[in-house]
This record gives sequence, C-alpha cells and structure tokens, in this order.
Amino acid sequence: MSHVAHHFDDAQQQLDAATIGMWLFLATEVLFFGGMFLAYTVYRTQYPAAFEEGSAHLSVPIGTTNTAILLTSSLSMALAIHAARRNRRWLSVALLGATMLLGAAFLGVKAFEYADKFEHHLVPGRHFALEHPHNPDVSPGHVELFYGLYFAMTGMHALHMVIGLGVLAVLAVMTGRGAFSAEYHTPLEMTGLYWHFVDMVWVFLFPLLYLIG
Amino acid sequence: MNTGIQFFPDQASDFALRVDLLYVFLLAVTGFFTLLIAGLILFFAVYYRRRQGRERTAARENMLLEVVWSIVPLVLALSMFSWGAWLFLEMHDAPADAEEINVVGKQWMWKIQHPGGRREINQLHIPVGRAVKLRMISEDVIHSFYVPAFRVKQDVLPGRYTTMWFRPTREGAYHLFCAEYCGASHAQMGGQVIVMSERDYADWLARRSPDQTTGPSGEALFHQFRCHTCHHEGSDARGPSLRGLYGGAVPLDGGGTAVADEDYLRESVYEPQSKVVAGYRPLMPTYHGQIGEEQMLRLIAYIKSLESPSESKSSSEVSQP
Amino acid sequence: MISVPSGKNYLDVAYGARSWLLSLDHKRIAILYMISITFYFLVGGAAAVLFRLELMTPPGDLLISETYNKLFTLHGVIMIFFFLIPAVPAVLGNFLLPLMLGARDLAFPRLNLASWYIFMIGGLISMWALVTGGVDTGWTFYTPYSTAYANSNVILMAVGIFITGFSSILTGINFIVTTHTMRAPGLTWFRLPLFVWAHYATSIIMVLGTPVLAIAILLVALERGLGIGIFDPALGGDPLLFQHLFWFYSHPAVYIMILPGMGVVSEIITCFARKRVFGYKFIAFSSLAIAVLGFLVWGHHMFVSGQSVLAGLVFSVLSMLVAVPSAVKVFNWTATLYKGSIAWDTPMLYGLGFIGLFTLGGLTGLFLATLAVDVHVHDTYFVVAHFHYIMVGGMVMAYLGGIHFWWPKITGRMYSEWWGKFSAVLVFFGFNLTFFPQFVLGYLGMPRRYHAYPEEFHVLNVMSSAGASILGIGYLIPLIYLLLSLRFGKKAGANPWQAKGLEWQTPSPPPPHNFETTPVVDEPAYNYSPDDNEITPPPESA
Repeated sequence: MSHVAHHFDDAQQQLDAATIGMWLFLATEVLFFGGMFLAYTVYRTQYPAAFEEGSAHLSVPIGTTNTAILLTSSLSMALAIHAARRNRRWLSVALLGATMLLGAAFLGVKAFEYADKFEHHLVPGRHFALEHPHNPDVSPGHVELFYGLYFAMTGMHALHMVIGLGVLAVLAVMTGRGAFSAEYHTPLEMTGLYWHFVDMVWVFLFPLLYLIG
Repeated sequence: MNTGIQFFPDQASDFALRVDLLYVFLLAVTGFFTLLIAGLILFFAVYYRRRQGRERTAARENMLLEVVWSIVPLVLALSMFSWGAWLFLEMHDAPADAEEINVVGKQWMWKIQHPGGRREINQLHIPVGRAVKLRMISEDVIHSFYVPAFRVKQDVLPGRYTTMWFRPTREGAYHLFCAEYCGASHAQMGGQVIVMSERDYADWLARRSPDQTTGPSGEALFHQFRCHTCHHEGSDARGPSLRGLYGGAVPLDGGGTAVADEDYLRESVYEPQSKVVAGYRPLMPTYHGQIGEEQMLRLIAYIKSLESPSESKSSSEVSQP
Repeated sequence: MISVPSGKNYLDVAYGARSWLLSLDHKRIAILYMISITFYFLVGGAAAVLFRLELMTPPGDLLISETYNKLFTLHGVIMIFFFLIPAVPAVLGNFLLPLMLGARDLAFPRLNLASWYIFMIGGLISMWALVTGGVDTGWTFYTPYSTAYANSNVILMAVGIFITGFSSILTGINFIVTTHTMRAPGLTWFRLPLFVWAHYATSIIMVLGTPVLAIAILLVALERGLGIGIFDPALGGDPLLFQHLFWFYSHPAVYIMILPGMGVVSEIITCFARKRVFGYKFIAFSSLAIAVLGFLVWGHHMFVSGQSVLAGLVFSVLSMLVAVPSAVKVFNWTATLYKGSIAWDTPMLYGLGFIGLFTLGGLTGLFLATLAVDVHVHDTYFVVAHFHYIMVGGMVMAYLGGIHFWWPKITGRMYSEWWGKFSAVLVFFGFNLTFFPQFVLGYLGMPRRYHAYPEEFHVLNVMSSAGASILGIGYLIPLIYLLLSLRFGKKAGANPWQAKGLEWQTPSPPPPHNFETTPVVDEPAYNYSPDDNEITPPPESA
C-alpha cells in the first residue's frame, strides 16, 4: 500500500481521484483547442477559396506520413501500458522508448515542414508572400490568415507533443527502476490518456488543414 | 465647481424620452426590490436579534414561495427584455429618408463628411427634426460613437461599416464622446453634435470656412482613379457596369450571389479578387493604400447615386410631380 | 505515513521558510495564497487611489493620460486575475474544503502547491510587465489595439496571465475531484455545506472557461510578437472574434468572482441566525444554474459592438434568465433570517452587507441586459458601478466576512470585535459613497476610462473619490487588528461561534491532518436548533 498517499483511504479512492482529474484536465484541453477551431470555422466559412488555396500549399504525403507515425505511437503507448499491467517491466520501457522515438520523428517532420514554409514565404508576418498561387483569385491576406491558424494550431499541438515527450522520458526511467507494477501504474495510464488526446487533436487538424478543397 | 447634480442627461432625440421611460420602469422595479430586501434584512436583524425573546420556529422550505419568487423575477425580467428589444430594433431600422452622413474614426478624432461634400472634424452639424443616419468606419482601432443626449452609441470598427441613426428634437450643442477605449488620448476623442434649425443648417452647409475644403467629390475620385476606363456602359467594358448596382444581388464567378451593399463595394475595391462578378475576369488591381477610408465613403456614395438607365427616368418622374 | 507529534497544530508543527514554501498542507498553502493576494490587493488598491485622485478635478492635471491608462489597466488586471478570482477559492476554499468534507487534504496536494507557484510566477511576470513600462490596453486587451497599436508590454502581460490561468485550472480540478472522491462517511451531496456547492460550481467554470481565455490571450501575444496573426483586420481578420473568445471566459469569470462569495454568505447567515438555511436545494442548484447560464451570456458585452441584431436579442434574453437563480438566492437568504436568532457579530455584518450590495449590483445588471438601455450606458460609469457592486460590494465583502468568520479557525485567535464592527460599517458606507454616484455619472453619459471629463461630472466624481478614501481606510483597519490579534488575541477554542460544520469539530488551529479520526456525518447541513438562543460559553475542547 506504499503507493497510496497519506490523505487517501485506499488505492481505489486514489485511482478514482486521478482518473477524474485527468479527464477534467482533458476537458480544459478540448476548450483550449476549441478556441482555435472556432476561429478556423469562422474564417473558413468567410473565405473558403483562400483556405483551399492555403491548404494546397501543404504536402499531403508528408501530412499522411506524420499521421501514420503518430497513430503508431498511440499504439505503442497502449502496448506499453498493457506490458506494465502484466508486470513486464523491460518490455514496457522498450515500448515507451518506441513511443518517444515516434513522437520525436513526428516533430522532426514537422520541423522540416516549418522550414519549407519559411523558405516559401508562407510564414505570416512581414515576409509573407503567396508566390505561385493555384487560384489567382484569392486574396493573399486571407491565405495569410489560414497560415496564421496553421502555425498557431500545429504549433500548440507540437508544444503538447514536446511536453508529452518530457513526461514519457520521466516515466520510462521510473518504469525501469520498477516504480510501476500490475497493482499500481496510474501515472502510465494517465499519460496514455494525454498522449491519445494529443493524437486525437492531430486527427482533427490533419483533414482540416491538409485535406480541404 | 458646478454644484448642481442632474440625474438625466439632456433629452435631444426622440429615442431619449423613450429610453428614459424604460429606464424609469427599471428604476421602479429595482428600487422596489432593493428597498424590499434591505427593509426585510434590517427588520429581521433588529426584530429577531438574539435575546429579544421572540417566537423562533420557522419552516425550512416552502415550495410555493420558491415558485413565486422564481416566477415573479422571470416575468419582470422578460418584460424588461421585450420592451428593451422592441426599442433596440427601432434603433436599428433607419427610416428610408434619413440623411446619410459618413463618419471616419481614427486615433483620436472623428472625421465627418456631409452629403454635399462639406467636411468637419470632431463636430457634427445636423438639422433638427430630420432623421440622420451615420455610416461609420475606423482607420485603426475600435472606437465608439456616443451621443448621450440622443441615448445612442455604436462601435466603429476597422474593416467594416457600422451604422446608427437618430432624429434630433432640440436645437443645441451636445457632447460627442468616444466610448470604446482607443489609446492615449481616448478622453480627448470627442467634440460636439450641434443641432440647428433647417435654415441654419442650409446656411452652414453653404458656408465654406477657410480651413474646410470639401475635397474631391466621389465623382471626381471615380475619374481620378480611372475607374471609368473599365466600368462603363460599352459592350467592350472589362468590368461590370456600376449603374443601378447598389442594393441588388450580384451573381458571382463560381456560383452564388452577393448583395451589393456598402461593405461589398468597399471589399470589391480593396480586395477585388475575393468576389468576382460572373462573366468577368479577375483583372482589377487592389486599391489598398491608394484610396483611404474617407475617399472610399465618397466613392461609394457616388456609386450609390448611379441609377440604372430605366430607373433614373421613373425616379425623376416621382421626384418632380 | 508521516508521523506527527500529537497536540501540534498545522502552524507549530514545523518552522522556517522551507516548511512553508515546500508544504503540501492545504492549510499552509491557503496562508501562502492569503499573503500573496493581500499584497496584490494593496498594489491594485494603490493604483485606484492614484486615479481617484486624478479624477477629483475635470482636467487631466495630476497624471498624463498614458500614466492614467496604465494605472487603470494595472488596477483591472491585478484585481481581477490576482485578487478577485483567487480570493475566496484559493484562500478560504483551499483551507476549508478538505475540513468541510472531513478529508485529510485536497486530492492532489502537490498540484495544489504547484498551483501556488504557477500563480506567483504568473503574478511576478505580470508585475514585471507593469513596472517595466506598464500596459495600457485595459484588462480587456481588445484587438486590434492590443495587437498592433498599443506601445506597451502587452506580450509580457499576456504571458503572465496565460501562466496564471493554469493555476486556476489546476485549483478547479483539485476541488472537483476532492468533492467527488473524498467526502467523509455519511456526507452525502445534499448534506454538503453550500460553501462546497458554490466552490464546485466555481470550479466547473474555472476548468471550462479559463482555457479559452488562455488561447485568446496567447493568440494576441503571437500576433503581436511573431506576426502570426488571426485577428488582423488588414488581412480580413474579424475584430469581433477576439471579443467573443475573451468574453466567453471573462463573463463566466464574473461568476468565479461571486459564486464562492455566495457560499461564504450561506455559512455566515445560517450560523448567526442559528437556523437551517431556507431552501437548501434551491440555493445549491441555483449555483449550478448560474455556472451553466454564465457560459451562454457573453454576448451581452457586445450589444453595440456590431454583432448581429439577432445575436443581441438572444444574448439579452439569456442574460435576463440569470436574474432568476440570483433572485432565488437572495430571497432564500432573507427568508433564513426570518424567525432566526440573529447575532450582530462582525462576520454577520459583512454577510448582511453582502446581500444588500449584491442585490443592488444584480438588479443593475438588468439595466445592462435590457438592450435599449445598454446602448446608452454601455462603456459608461454605469457599468463600472455595476460590476464594482458585484465584485467589490459582493465578493470583497464576502471575502472579509469569511476571513472574520474563519479567522479563529485559521489562527486560533479572536480579533477585536469592536474594531471589526467599526470597519465593517465603514467599508459599507465608504463603498456606497464611492460607487453609487457612478451609477448617476454613467446614466449622465460619462464614458469609462477617461482621465479628463467635462465640468458637469465634477461633483459626482468628488463624492466618489471621497468615498474611496473612506473605503481605503476601511480596508486597512482589518489588516492592522487582524495582525495584532495573532499576538494579542484571545484564544479562540475549537468553535467560538458554536457553528455546525465539520471544520468546527477539530481544534483551532487544526492539526496537520485536520482530524484525529475521520469524522462521520449523520445530520443535515446547518443543523442549528432554534433553542440555541442563549449562547453559553463553549466548553474548551483544546
């Protein structure tokens, strides 16, 4: 019972508390991203052609690759928790490592994409320029709004990934030291929820940003 | 120091009296409840003060009371809503014959253009008894056009027109304030609304003070920016004709229609590519940075005055009975 | 399990800065919050003193407009984000929630301490922004002024507020989870003190509202700092989008600032009227109703902003509905007094004052929800008066009432009752003299955020400034006698007010883990008997 903190009566109460707390936290995350999804909806309704134009400058193969990477990382995360439940410590550590690798790969691809946008002057601000428009009728300003949202949304998403990687690193070390077992692995479960949530956000971002038009 | 305390500002528009009436109704209701609650609290606190030897057994709940004191506020609140909404809707529907005056707000002044071309800054001269409609836009941040004596206020936004209207009922000079915080000299962004008799107003419009130039008219701007080279009546015109355009539905390239209101006209000059008229190619360059908001308002006023050939005949018949 | 020397309370169990700054005890963290928000309150109050002085005369003669604008921004930001929002929840809620629930601590003690650190980091960054140049956007940060035109430390301030938001979110999560999972045996939902219900409703708003403010303010910072803009009207951005996002949080935030106060008042009224609260379930559910409705009325801040007429109508009628649960609370408190056995102790004076001022504040809200009247009074001093009646007349009165009510529990000492009553009365009259004239000013048409104004508003402004000086003194006196009570006050005993509620069943100050044995609850909340008429001195339990 050593993992039950002094102020809880038993392990069940502690687990309930952690679970409710995590879901509440995810609710705040939904509203956090919700603000940006709202802004996206408003502007896409107002400037549909410009959003299609903006989207056409994003690479669907790269986006698809990243989606696949991230979904795989969710799978390895789920397997890591499964391994912990069966007391298979080192398998769990390995799977957490795989999750982190995949997460880092996603961020690497993202960084490459950002650099590419920077080169093509698609980063909003003074140097923004729509150089080879597919649809010459759209106003560059509206495409700039699209890219404002693109960078804000994917940037916030990437930030969540970075935080997730940090937490995973700590957990991998803790798992390796035998902190978790079949009876107690709540931190792993909670981090799993978070990691899946971050994936879910991407699953919405990908079609809304890459696949319109 | 001015030692008199007023409780109502001047009533100088026909909204003023009606808003005040609603306000008095609200005062009566809220005054009643404030006194009721305060009175009951004071009475209970004194009468049932400890060691007064009063009877002290009371119910813990009473469904009937709960229902009553939920329903009564609800009914009162909804009646306030209805009255307020009714008046609000009237504040939005300007009469068709209202005199249209253009207002451009910028840090920290109000620039005003009368239909005849006369311009002024931080002062608005208007005739008594006639409905006036303001079409407003900001060149920078959000401002708000507020005339307490008329009980009207409307935010003035960058990038989009807003309108307000009122009918002044009393001659005099009244405060004009900016009500939306807009930076360092927010408190100085104001002046006066001067309500004059019809005759004084006509004189004032005709008079030309040395520092007040009228500037090029909308028609002059139309030619200065060479709009007429594309937007003309000929069959080889590269742009659509603008005659009779205002207020109608415009078929757009790629389907759909747009209503040709002031915001549409403004957008079509600044962002010509965003709503291209069906049957025309997107050739028009943007006039961003070349035509300012004030000139834009004059240009729009000119385009609105362009009636379609068939209409102009019939309307001239109406205007000359 | 940590072993605790028996007989020690949470204050004398350990000494030294480390034992405070690293404490996981919710009671010590509450004290940390109390000290921090008192500091922020003094800073925000000092700004108010300065601009009330400026407003003594019509021309802007004492301060230049830039300074004035920075001062009212400072006042708004500090008072709202660093005083009003955390005041009751983070101080009294933190201290009392576990005690009222019969729990040993909040569900996540580490998170609780982290919340305080986040709060302090956010607060210090904001203070840094304020001293190194200041911010002049007003606490509302309207675009495009904040993104493109303001010449001040907007980004730093935005970062400060963004960080502080997490403190609110984590506190809200902690409270909800604690209420769900850690109630003592027998403490069913409908036996909970109304203070707990109010904090539960508040926490919902904190958890769901704060992230929207966070993202809105972050987008302002991104646009200003990196040019990654989504509000810029030059690109076709909508200047009203920010206002929608901002008020989606900031209107519910008003309820964060008043609901906990309502919880405090329910505790005080019942104790000093020695009665069960009238209509328990109606008060409890009206808190939830306010929390839910609060999310649907943000557009009433935008009646003249250029939003559509239809939106105006919908937001107006929804705003009117908030009147119902608010009225239900006021009527139920008043009915609780009926045939009570009423004592005029200091907390009760604050409690009664709260009901009166909240009633007036709430009723003037109806003026602002009424479309045609709002067109006239929007962005005038009428609005300023209205929200000060709610937040200062309401929340600050409730906070002070709560501090006086639970001071003996928190510190184990009694304060000077005479000075307590005196300053309660002073605060009440000072408050009304400060803010009532502002209603009149507003209807006369004086816009807010003006550092210079026309001559005819002079008298009312002088009255308001005079009231503010009385109010200021009224706030300083408790600071003095409460501090003195720590050294000179009588020992309070476990239950000086003979109040019900679990927090009074443990010694004052409470032991580190709150209760020697987990309490069991077998009676409804506020089970006062009308025969408690004559108070006999409580038997010393400690």
